[in-house]
Amino acid sequence: MNEQQQSLTHGMGAGMFEGRKSTLSLSREDITIQVKDLNLFYGKDQALKNVNLQIPSKRVTAFIGPSGCGKSTLLRCFNRMNDLIDICRIEGAIELEGREIYDASVDVPELRRRVGMVFQKPNPFPKSIYENIAYGLRLQGVKSRRKLDQVVEQALRRAALWDEVKDRLGDNALGLSGGQQQRLVIARAIAIEPEVLLLDEPASALDPISTAKIEELIYELKEEYTIMIVTHNMQQAARVSDYTAYMYMGEMIEFGDTVKVFTNPSQKATEDYITGRYG
Amino acid sequence: MSKDKATGNIRTWFKGGDPWIWLIGGAVSISVVMVLGLLLLIAARGLGHFWQPPIVETYNTQGAQVERVLGTIRQSETVTAQSVREAGYEVPLEQELVTRYLFKLGNRDITGSDFQWYIADNLQEFRYPETAVQLERREWGDFFGYLLRVKEAGETVAEGDQAFEVLQERLDRSNDLARQAIHLERYDIGALNRSIEQARLERRRIEMIDALDGAERQTQFDEIEARVAGYNAEYEVLRQELEELRRSARRDSLVAETSGGREVEIVLADVVRASAANQMSTGDKIVEYGHRFWDFMSGYPREANTEGGIFPAIFGTVIMVLIMSVVVTPFGVLAAIYLREYAKQGPITRIVRISVNNLAGVPSIVFGVFGLGFFVYFLGGNIDQLFYPEALPAPTFGSPALIWASLTLALLTLPVVIVSTEEGLTRIPRSLREGSLALGATKSETLWKVIVPLSTPAMMTGLILAVARAAGEVAPLMLVGVVKLAPNLPVSTEPPFIHLDQRIMHLGFHIYDVGFQSPNVEAARPLVYATALVLVMLILVLNLTAIAIRNRLREKYKSAGE
Repeated sequence: MNEQQQSLTHGMGAGMFEGRKSTLSLSREDITIQVKDLNLFYGKDQALKNVNLQIPSKRVTAFIGPSGCGKSTLLRCFNRMNDLIDICRIEGAIELEGREIYDASVDVPELRRRVGMVFQKPNPFPKSIYENIAYGLRLQGVKSRRKLDQVVEQALRRAALWDEVKDRLGDNALGLSGGQQQRLVIARAIAIEPEVLLLDEPASALDPISTAKIEELIYELKEEYTIMIVTHNMQQAARVSDYTAYMYMGEMIEFGDTVKVFTNPSQKATEDYITGRYG
Repeated sequence: MSKDKATGNIRTWFKGGDPWIWLIGGAVSISVVMVLGLLLLIAARGLGHFWQPPIVETYNTQGAQVERVLGTIRQSETVTAQSVREAGYEVPLEQELVTRYLFKLGNRDITGSDFQWYIADNLQEFRYPETAVQLERREWGDFFGYLLRVKEAGETVAEGDQAFEVLQERLDRSNDLARQAIHLERYDIGALNRSIEQARLERRRIEMIDALDGAERQTQFDEIEARVAGYNAEYEVLRQELEELRRSARRDSLVAETSGGREVEIVLADVVRASAANQMSTGDKIVEYGHRFWDFMSGYPREANTEGGIFPAIFGTVIMVLIMSVVVTPFGVLAAIYLREYAKQGPITRIVRISVNNLAGVPSIVFGVFGLGFFVYFLGGNIDQLFYPEALPAPTFGSPALIWASLTLALLTLPVVIVSTEEGLTRIPRSLREGSLALGATKSETLWKVIVPLSTPAMMTGLILAVARAAGEVAPLMLVGVVKLAPNLPVSTEPPFIHLDQRIMHLGFHIYDVGFQSPNVEAARPLVYATALVLVMLILVLNLTAIAIRNRLREKYKSAGE
């Protein structure tokens, strides 16, 4: 057992924040995404209210809050997934490395290549394992078999799935277990080398062992990616994230260093939610 | 007390839902029984036609003279004496019920009618003479008689017991010659006729070019003339060859005695098949059955469709349905994709959708009228004006044709394909779309790489329904390209291989034609059932093929929709 696994088996004890220091003093280069006065409406209903946020680079930011608080909606703003909903309207600004992503000149598919996303329910395509990973590359026009082979292997290795599937890359991806499917989807997302990875409750449909594997994976992936994760699981947020945002009714109640948010929240509401007194 | 208990039991029985289960089960079994009954009836009536029954000889004592009867029994029934008396037969007064037989007597050319009812009581005992033969002739229907002798060029070559054996050998020869003659007519002379027609059209085309000066025109005319002269010489050769074949086929003949005692001579060239039914063993009959069935499936119709085969109708139905599928699938799929994926959902798309659904309910003859007005007259007429002006006023595409029949059917079945495809597209889980888009795919990439492949089973479902409807449709086709008799198949070995401008035969129309338009309904009735059976089987085969393809696709994209 390595250190990481040990910390995962602990749960949320007081000791788990030891040795982690606050890093919320961010310089401009460290910020990947900047959200300014974001308001989002579904028809007449306002789902996000005046959200301001700075997402630090190559860190894991967790969004927590009760169901319907708008955390998934916020996450889906970052790769413009909300565009698919006709009645959705957005005000305010989101900048990815200094560039406004809601600008008319933005190439949305290009943006989504840079901001990858993994959904709550594993959604592999009903194709072979290999083709699932190769899908994004093929979209970019990569045809060389050698290059594809190489990227597929690399992505599967990084998603800790390679050893389990290397002998059956041609099999239908739907034959994998739920946890394997979710790691496959993560591998599919990182195969196209995004800068940001959005995880929308990636482990909520999985058993504890698969969950542990996904969390371990997140821990390793933050070396290279800016990761945002929506979760209902408080322990999970505490375990995997560097920063935590607590949202309630479409508002950003508190955002800060995970250690601080969990041990000494500045808002009463946050404390109530975290300690389970909410509702 | 006990009454209360009983009503209580009934109430719990109702509450438990049992009545519903019985009701549903009953409905299902009634449907199944009806379908099976329908198929069985058609199969029994149709397939029985090819079985050789024994040839019965008996004497009818009705009337002043005793009359010898020779034929096969088609049907027997028991009716009230009253109705028989009214029909002009003598029946003893005390008798109430009468059994009667329908005899197939053949010999339409000699006696005038080939079917006759006889009262069983008036018939003497049945005998099955060995020398009785049934001849299937190219004209005048079947012949029944006693075979006397076989002649070659007027000289008797066989008599008595060997006569039938010799007859069979000679019949093989004459049939072979007939086949050669038909081949010569249909293919060699047919091709020559087409070449001559081509030359005529070429000449017309040259006449229509104003820019050509006299001398130039004349040289071209001369060239064509020379070619036509060559064709004519070739034709003369072929014609002589054909005549020789026909003469040769008429060499042999047979002499037979009819039931009335007349001796008739029949040229073997006029006979398709001879069977001495009463000499045949069961095995022989089975072999004979196979031959007849095969001839029915693979032969061309004769005698106003009441005899011979239905191959052109089978072929016409299949090729029409195939062309229809090729047309309707892309149009239906593209329309559905546009409606579901690209069109802004609102009142207009709703109206379009309602219209499409209602289109499926429009009576098919209305489509036929539309096809005639739009496809045949407008489209076809304009195509003729633009591309085939030299053939005018004779229409090329401006008259009912295979292509217009297929297009009309495509229009008729379009709603089914659109609705099924749309349903298929809606069933694709949202998460798959999002998964693809999140990887940087554009909308059209997502559509063509993920969504359309996944909805192919639904498209196939639409196509299956379309084929089932199209293959059985008759009414509109009568207006736009299906005819009673189309001697040539719409395909050939020369380009363009498929002749879309030809008229075709169709099984559905064939059933109608044989059943209601034929001069000899009694003789043709079994063919109606047999043709209906073939049509049902054909639709079944087409559908099973499509279902097999769909199942393979489903296997490929399994559980994606769940």
